[in-house]
Amino acid sequence: MAKEETYYQYLERRGVSRRDFLKFCTVMAASLGLSAGSVPKIAEALETKKRIPVIWRHLVECTCCTESFIRSHHPIAADILLNMISLDYDETLMVAAGERAEEAARKSMEENKGNYILAVEGAVSTKDGGIYCVLGGRSSVEILKEEAKNAKAIIAWGSCAVNGCIAAANPNPSGSVPVQEIIKDKPIINVPGCPPIAEVMAGVITHLLTFDRLPELDREGRPKAFYGHRIHDKCNRRAYFDAGMFVESFDDEGAKQGWCLYKVGCKGPNTYNSCANMQWNGGVSYDIKSGHPCIGCSEKGFWDNTGGESFYTHLAEVPGMHIGMNVDKFGVAAVGAAAVGAAVHAGFSAFTKKAQDKAAKGGSDKDSLGG
Amino acid sequence: MAERIVVDPVTRIEGHLRVEAKVEGGKIVDAVSAGTMIRGLEIILRDRDPRDAWALVQRICGVCTTIHALASVRSVEDALKIRIPKNAELIRNIMFTALYVHDHVVHFYHLHAPDWVDIPNALKADPAATAQLAQSISRWPKSTAGYFKDVQTKLKTFVDSGQLGIFANAYWGHPAYKLPPEANLMAVAHYLEALSWQKEIVKIHTIFGGKNPHPNYVVGGMTAPIDINSDNAVNIERFNMIGKLIDEAMEFVEQVYVPDLLAIASFYKDSAAYGGGVGNFLCYGDLPTTHINDPSGFLFPRGVILNKNLGEVLDVDPRDPEQILEYTDHSWYKNSKSGLHPWEGETNINYTGPKPPYKTLDESGAFNQAYSWLKSPRWREKSVEVGPLARMLVAYAKKDCKAHDLVKSEVDKVLGGLGVGPEALFSTLGRTAARGIETKLCATWLKQFFNELVANVKNGDQTTFNKERWEPSTWEKDCKGVGIAEAPRGALGHWSHIQNGKIANYQCVVPTTWNGSPKDHKNQRGAIEAALIGTPLAKPEEPVELLRTIHSFDPCLACAAHLTDTENQEITTIDVLR
Repeated sequence: MAKEETYYQYLERRGVSRRDFLKFCTVMAASLGLSAGSVPKIAEALETKKRIPVIWRHLVECTCCTESFIRSHHPIAADILLNMISLDYDETLMVAAGERAEEAARKSMEENKGNYILAVEGAVSTKDGGIYCVLGGRSSVEILKEEAKNAKAIIAWGSCAVNGCIAAANPNPSGSVPVQEIIKDKPIINVPGCPPIAEVMAGVITHLLTFDRLPELDREGRPKAFYGHRIHDKCNRRAYFDAGMFVESFDDEGAKQGWCLYKVGCKGPNTYNSCANMQWNGGVSYDIKSGHPCIGCSEKGFWDNTGGESFYTHLAEVPGMHIGMNVDKFGVAAVGAAAVGAAVHAGFSAFTKKAQDKAAKGGSDKDSLGG
Repeated sequence: MAERIVVDPVTRIEGHLRVEAKVEGGKIVDAVSAGTMIRGLEIILRDRDPRDAWALVQRICGVCTTIHALASVRSVEDALKIRIPKNAELIRNIMFTALYVHDHVVHFYHLHAPDWVDIPNALKADPAATAQLAQSISRWPKSTAGYFKDVQTKLKTFVDSGQLGIFANAYWGHPAYKLPPEANLMAVAHYLEALSWQKEIVKIHTIFGGKNPHPNYVVGGMTAPIDINSDNAVNIERFNMIGKLIDEAMEFVEQVYVPDLLAIASFYKDSAAYGGGVGNFLCYGDLPTTHINDPSGFLFPRGVILNKNLGEVLDVDPRDPEQILEYTDHSWYKNSKSGLHPWEGETNINYTGPKPPYKTLDESGAFNQAYSWLKSPRWREKSVEVGPLARMLVAYAKKDCKAHDLVKSEVDKVLGGLGVGPEALFSTLGRTAARGIETKLCATWLKQFFNELVANVKNGDQTTFNKERWEPSTWEKDCKGVGIAEAPRGALGHWSHIQNGKIANYQCVVPTTWNGSPKDHKNQRGAIEAALIGTPLAKPEEPVELLRTIHSFDPCLACAAHLTDTENQEITTIDVLR
């Protein structure tokens, strides 16, 4: 009955204590934005469920998502990422090569029909019959369609799979498109970012295993727990934005004091991601904290969103705040503007939430893994 | 009779690699390699702001992450005549050496070791004997019988589950695996330890660049400000953290990686007899101790070695229009001319291969036509190898270079330890050993650069960014730059041409374009193709030795490579696409 082994039994045999296991469940609940009351539920699910078979495909990509994935940080999370799932195919990590590797993917698809997760890293090249990305003699479009067919759900890892990212940047020479443009009849979890944060990736997988359904998604198919807030909303430099204190040039006095990077091009106000609250590589830092403006890598079309201007050109305006027109003089009226801004921002968030709830409700059948 | 085999995908690399080879008498007698994926980043870069280029080209690769960003900012700074502050140069060197230590360790344990380590065979090991073996080669404190027993139990549970995951369907039990069970068990334990350790060293990138992979750079220096007295800058707490990460990295490299490498290599001395390849080696050099335009101060020296002749090191000049040219005779491009210097380089995509799904890129097996997205860069019309072996050989041969004595002593130590002569370096084994040697050097240099940064800050210099030429109004209307870097996988160059504040042309010649290139205008093979020829295969249907030679280059393609038979029309179904 080895195949029926649960995840907890597996961990137990690997020497993980009950105490560490529960600690992990608590951290997972917190990172998923769930209440403490859900901890027993996560624990129960992990104690009673099998490891999920995962086929992880690399299409038009640079492997940064996999690299991020293996950096997952919570003490036992790294262990779990390799072991809570049965990673039956992954070009970067698997030992088998060539036809033997492809056979492993086919075998997993057959044995786990309707029950495996297809994880896609990279965009899909569609132009000229898909000749710009051919793997094992087959086009990436053909592979994606075949493997999506009997998948339980699809995870689109990273901005390439979610919105095309660098491959689809103007003029998109390879005709690359996101997964959701090819696959229309399967639940897809979009996990954008170039790359996504490791713990976000771990959280998505934990959610699938624990609740056997998709996490709550927003209108763009992103898990709300991780993409529900703008980086700006949780930014460690936010107080300086509100106070009108801006870095004018890298390494100036403001930069050293941690002032706001808005004027050197920060896209935090337009970017939905968890960088500011979860941070990177075990919570050490993130772009803005280290002194570089956010380039908005989890947003659709971010390579082209500046309209031909450099990334270091400041945003024309901040959604919910009317400061763009006079940013250079903004500091003067900082206090008043911040108060107005906060009020407008509150209204904006409420509106967004309503719209997202509506979208989520409409798509609830589609979101169910069981169906 | 010759047998034609295809390996696609070659796994455990970055990108997608396709290989076809002709095997006769138990050896590979012919081979070609080709890339089968392209995004056209050089095209995407056109008309963009040169200050943004680093972020776009960084996405060439998420594995050797940051090195493209580094080559890019150097290229643009060269074009715009920007000199970066000393601290920025030191921080870049710190990020560079941290990248090497991370990348090489991950390559060894997670991408390369499974070619040499029979993982299920570790179940047969005696944990006490494994502990004895481990203790005989290093003082790593975890090496106890109980620890290895525990690892073995975990492995047994995993194998018994029937869900082998990433270890499924491999060539386990193949006669080319030669390690005793104890060595296999030791390697399995360290595979897991390395996976856990690797996430730590990258925090150095997170501190200076905000995240890893894809940390941030900036034209003109670095954006992380240094201020010992600010809680929002690189301060004393951050310096402490970096110091600790470096000490742990040095310990891991010296107590785990290098001893494991030598122990495993001692069972595979036969792999010192093949895989040498073209015998020409090129390095641009890197790790400036003064500044990037002063190659005499590089720790990795610049130079070219031809025909394995360690008696002479030739000069390289990436600006010379006669030296580095890219040929496209066997590549899917329609450029105005084959053989262009990157400053004049073109990327005019023109696919002429078969329509997928296909069994081979050339039914005839002759491969006289285009068969790859990779171009064929050549140095003075010669095919060269780049990477760790090239770097160690050039430093070994170039007696007047800064790191010669240190490199020579480390190389001689390894050769002595294995009981082989310098000729063993020109091989699959030599390439893997060179990677380990330079990792040890890089860990040492990482510490030195860090100490130097601390000393410089202590002396009152906290500057990390030069803003003098940040504004496009200060730029020349028409200028060209070149940014070189020694990526973990070898010589990397980014050539930029800036007109009216925008990128007019941008060409990257990356390490795997050198190593994995298709045949050129003279039908000379790239380094990987050449190295495969002569590689013995005990069981052609399970070509693990072929994987060893390819992985010894640590290829990094967002593409595919591909080797093929030139005569036999029958393609076997071994590792072949139906």
